[in-house]
Parts: sequence; C-alpha cells; structure tokens
Amino acid sequence: MRAFRDLLAAALLNVAVPVLLCIVAVPALLSIVSVPALAQEEAPKPPSQNWSFSGIFGGLDLAAAQRGFQVYSEVCATCHSMNLLHYRDLEGIGLTADQITSVAAAVDVPLGVDDQGNPKTGPGTPSSQFRAPFANEQAARAAMNGALPPDQSLIVNAREDGANYLYAILTGFRDAPAAFKMMGGMNYNEYFPGHQIAMPQPLHDQQVTFADGAPNRIEDEAHDVVTFLYWAANPDAIQRKQIGVRVVLFLVFMTGITYAVKRKVWADVH
Amino acid sequence: MAGMTKSDFKNPVINWIDTRLPIFTMMQKEYGVFPTPKNFNYMWNFGALAMVIMAIMIITGIFLAMNYQPNTALAFDSVQRIMRDVNYGWLIRYLHQNGASMFFIVTYIHIFRGMYYGSYKYPRELLWMLGVVILLIMMATAFMGYVLPWGQMSYWGATVITNLFSAFPIVGHPIVTWLWGGFSVDNPTLNRFYSLHYLLPFVLVGVVFLHVAALHITGSNNPLGIDVKGPQDTVPFHPYYTVKDSVGICVFLLIFALLVFFWPNFLGDANNFIPANPLQTPSDIVPEWYFLPYYAILRSVPNKLGGVCMMFGSILVLFVLPWLDTSPVRSARFRPIYRQVIWVWVAAFCVLGYCGMNKPEGIYVILSRICTLYYFFHFLVLLPILGKMERPLPLPDSISRPVLGGGGGPMPSGAAAKPMEKA
Repeated sequence: MRAFRDLLAAALLNVAVPVLLCIVAVPALLSIVSVPALAQEEAPKPPSQNWSFSGIFGGLDLAAAQRGFQVYSEVCATCHSMNLLHYRDLEGIGLTADQITSVAAAVDVPLGVDDQGNPKTGPGTPSSQFRAPFANEQAARAAMNGALPPDQSLIVNAREDGANYLYAILTGFRDAPAAFKMMGGMNYNEYFPGHQIAMPQPLHDQQVTFADGAPNRIEDEAHDVVTFLYWAANPDAIQRKQIGVRVVLFLVFMTGITYAVKRKVWADVH
Repeated sequence: MAGMTKSDFKNPVINWIDTRLPIFTMMQKEYGVFPTPKNFNYMWNFGALAMVIMAIMIITGIFLAMNYQPNTALAFDSVQRIMRDVNYGWLIRYLHQNGASMFFIVTYIHIFRGMYYGSYKYPRELLWMLGVVILLIMMATAFMGYVLPWGQMSYWGATVITNLFSAFPIVGHPIVTWLWGGFSVDNPTLNRFYSLHYLLPFVLVGVVFLHVAALHITGSNNPLGIDVKGPQDTVPFHPYYTVKDSVGICVFLLIFALLVFFWPNFLGDANNFIPANPLQTPSDIVPEWYFLPYYAILRSVPNKLGGVCMMFGSILVLFVLPWLDTSPVRSARFRPIYRQVIWVWVAAFCVLGYCGMNKPEGIYVILSRICTLYYFFHFLVLLPILGKMERPLPLPDSISRPVLGGGGGPMPSGAAAKPMEKA
C-alpha cells in the first residue's frame, strides 16, 4: 500500500504539471496554429448516425442489412466489386440456405474456361464469389473515365469513422458552390476530401423498392446499405461481441476470486 | 552413480526423471522456494505479464502461419481469409494483432519500473542490458510483423523504415538493396520479413531465458532498492508471488479481452484495410503507436542521418544507463530529485508519442525538438550530475524492518521457506 501511495503522490505532484500542459496548453496552441490549414484541405467531420451495430452490446439490424444487400445488388454492384464475399456468407445477414441458393443462381458468374479454352460463365452457387462488375482494373478504369471504383468488402474499415463517413458521402452530393472550380466529369460532395468525387450521386429518393415496404428515402437507403457494408467488413462482429461479454464476465469473476486467494495467502505476511 | 541427483520427490515417475535430469528440482528451486523480497508492489507483475503475452503471441502466430501466404499477390487476401473462413480465425488474428500492442504496453511499464526503482544498478547491469536486447528484438519483430498483412500502411511503413538505412554514407544504399532483396519493397522483402518474423520470436525466447537466468543469480530488486539481508526479508516465490502474479494476469487478460472483443481495430490504421499499392502513397505514413516516440525523435532532426542516429541512439543509450546513473541509491523513493525528474522524462516520452502521431509541422516540430533534447539531457547530463549532487533520504536498515515497524521482530510464520507440496 505504501508503495502505491508513494507512486500516486509522486505521480500527482510531478505528472500533474506536464500533463496539464499537454491537455490544456498543447491543444489550445494547436487550435490556433493548425485549424485554418485543416479547414482548407479537409472535408467536414461526418455527423454521427445511430447504428444498430455500435457499442459493446450492439448487434446487427438484420432486416436493414438485407435491404442494404438489395441496395448494393441493384445500385452499387453496377460499378463496385465485393471480392472478399461469397454468396454463402449471406447466412450472416439472416438469409436461409434456399434464399442463398436462389440469389446465387440468379447471377451469371465466371466459371473458368471451357474445353476450347474460352472463358465460360454460368449460374452461381452459394460457394461462388460475389460477381465483380469488371473483369479487371483496366476494364474498370476504361469504363469509368479513368477512375477505379474501390472494392466494397472492407470499405467501412478502410475509412476513418467508416460507417458515418460512407453515410455522409452517400447523402452528401450537392450542387457545387458558384465559386468552386470543378474538373470535368467530377461531382461535388460535401464530405469527400477535396469535395470532387468521380462517382456520380448513386442513391436517390425511392430508387430502390423494398419488399418489406420499409421507407426508401435516400437517407434510409444509405443507412441500410452502410449497415450491410459494416457487416461485410466485420462478419465476425456479432459473434465476437457475444463471446466477448461472456469472456469479460468470466475474467471479472476470476479476478475477484484470485484477489481473494491472494489476500488469504498473504494474510500471514502482512 | 556420479552426477546423479538425489531427488526428494515422492512420486516415483517424477523421482526417476528428476534423478537423471533434475528439472523438477530446478523448477522447485527457481520457482517454488526461490527466496523473493516480500515487499514487491504490483509494478513487479509486469515481467510475468510479458512472459504470458509472449507465449500468447507465439501460439497465435503459429496458427496464423498455417493459413498465411507470404506472397504479394496473396498476402492481403489470405489474412482476410483467416478473418472470414478459418474457424475462429478472427479471434486468433485479433489476439495476435492486439497482442503486439499489449506486449509493448507491458514491456514499457516493466522498463519504467526498472528505471524508477533503479533495477539496472549494480549488480543487475547485465540483466538490464539483456532487457534492452529483448526490447530491440521485439521492435524488429513487431515492425516485420506489421508488414505481413500487406496493406497500404504495411507497405509504406516498410518503405520508410528500410529507407532510413540509406542515410548512412557509402554503405547506406547497398544495405537498403540488401534488405529489400531488390530495388524496392517487393515480394522478396515480404518473404524474408516473414521468415525473420517467424525466427526472431524464438531468438527472443532464448534471450528472455538468459534475462531470467541472470535475474535468478542476482535476485530481484524491490521497491526499497536495498539488498535482502536474510530470510526474514523474503518469501518463497510460490505461493506468494505465483498468486500475486495471477491477480495481475487476470486484470491484464481483462483489458486485453476488452480490446480484442470490442475494439479490435482501435489501435490500428484504416489505411491498412486497403491492399498495398506501390503507385499510391497514403497522405500520412504513421507507424504503430508503440513506435511513435522514436518516430518523433527521428523527424525532430532536420538532417536525415542525424535523425536516424538520434533514433537508434535513443534506445542504445539505455545500454549504458547503469553507468550514466552515478547515484548509489537504487529506489527513487529515497532520491527526492530523481523521483521528480523521472516523471518529466516520462512526460517528454509521451509528448514525443503525441507528436509522432501528427504531421511534422508547426508546434509539433518545436515540441518534438524540446522533448528529444530533454530525452537525451536526462540520460547524458542530468543522471550523471544528479548522482553526485542529490542528497538521498536515509535508507531503511532492511526490508523487514519498516514493514514490522521497529525491531527485526519474530519471523512471520508464512515467510519461512516451505516446500511446494505443503503450500
């Protein structure tokens, strides 16, 4: 105990000043020095949305993820691949085996080469990779005015504050301010770094009609597709958090018991 | 028979083995009855914690290696395949990824404990130097491990760090080419980093063994920093410190679990979810958090070679710390001035880490220069002078005296060395 008090006192006395310096003075100085620079080159911070998957106990809104898969299939998949996913993975957003089989069968996927060495395609199976819209990067760039639509498998993790950022991008298309110089073929987006994005606005109100009759304003579509993309990037998240809660409870219990044993063992020394 | 030990173990199988190879006697001696100062605080947990996390890293690493492909075309996807298709692959990978951070947190606290309580001083200089070797091996291993997922930060981090060697005159560029196995970071680089990333942990285990062996020759330091005077000052390692270390291990695992299960990518970089692309440099290239202070030191010097030398020097200076600190008193508890300046050094180290996170411009340049200067000033100027100037507080006569409050007193019953079986 004495040692601990020692350390604590020393820490309080001698760390307080430098720490206060760091906490108060440094950011204060920084805000003076660097904010104008930041504001110029970087986009505004995306506002936080309410996600079913956020927080320790956050699960996944399966209905939203399924609607999001529909948005991806009908809209995003025209240009964006999801190479890390297979149709069998859709079990993770609650599709049944039969549903998965029919979803896969409806897609024409590459099946290697035929006996003459020509590329062959055919209906997909649950083990098929998500079909990519372009055969390769060159084909994508050629069709897309030189821009490469990034693969969406990990996009939520590959951007800072990914879910909020993607939502902000999808709903952030505006007319460029009069003074803003746009390059040819580019689109103005409030949240994209530099504001000029090659992707034209992908989602609009009532663009996708959901089977469950869920609202389909642009905000709803964006919300659903981001939920789907979060799952695609973190398919382990639901199981991980469920196991995590149990592991943490167990360890809290173990810590308590071990500490009690320690007290008992040491009782005759202190 | 000559050389055969007489074993006290009752179990006939253990006795038979122990007579021929006295590993049980050795374990009993080194971890059972081993006399350990009885006044450790919880700061003395961190060596054991480092052992635990090292074991976790090696075990998870072996399973990752079964599924990883060290080829630039396959590496990124193979890691994702582990995350998605290998049974509990996400758990193994997240344990390994966050385990690296936990390893460094634990090791940094362990080193700080050594600095605060003067554990590097006579007769433990070699023990300390072996520890610095361990730190260097850890850093090399962590750096090469970070390259393996072959994301953008892996690739560009590897490019920046290997390029540091080009700062050395004449030999610089040949060294870099030799490290790369070519003229840029590419498949040969990934292959050799993978090979070394698998090799170095076992070298680490060897040095850790020497570190522990040296510890068991000199015995542990303690919060008072005074020598053990007799059996009244010690308790047997088991059960006293096995149980106290267990408490620490539980708390450690708890924090580790929170990170792995709830915030597995908190310490990572979003850019590493993008496959390596040699044609596209990320806007910021930042190393993992545990390298940030050294990265800040590197960038605080306007000259590349100077920066590289300062960066390596910031670790190498630790080798001579036992001779830079001229004070005969070990524990900061009895050194009124050292006890304060050590925290200033810690603050400087943390501010360096903060600067390393940010672009080297404006205030960060000034801050990292001040802190770099202080970092070296502390070791090279302050410590040698302080040992001569400072008036240490009076040291207690022995470990047991302040605990018992005057007089040696009778030996507490539990403090006597007792064999493992009875405990």
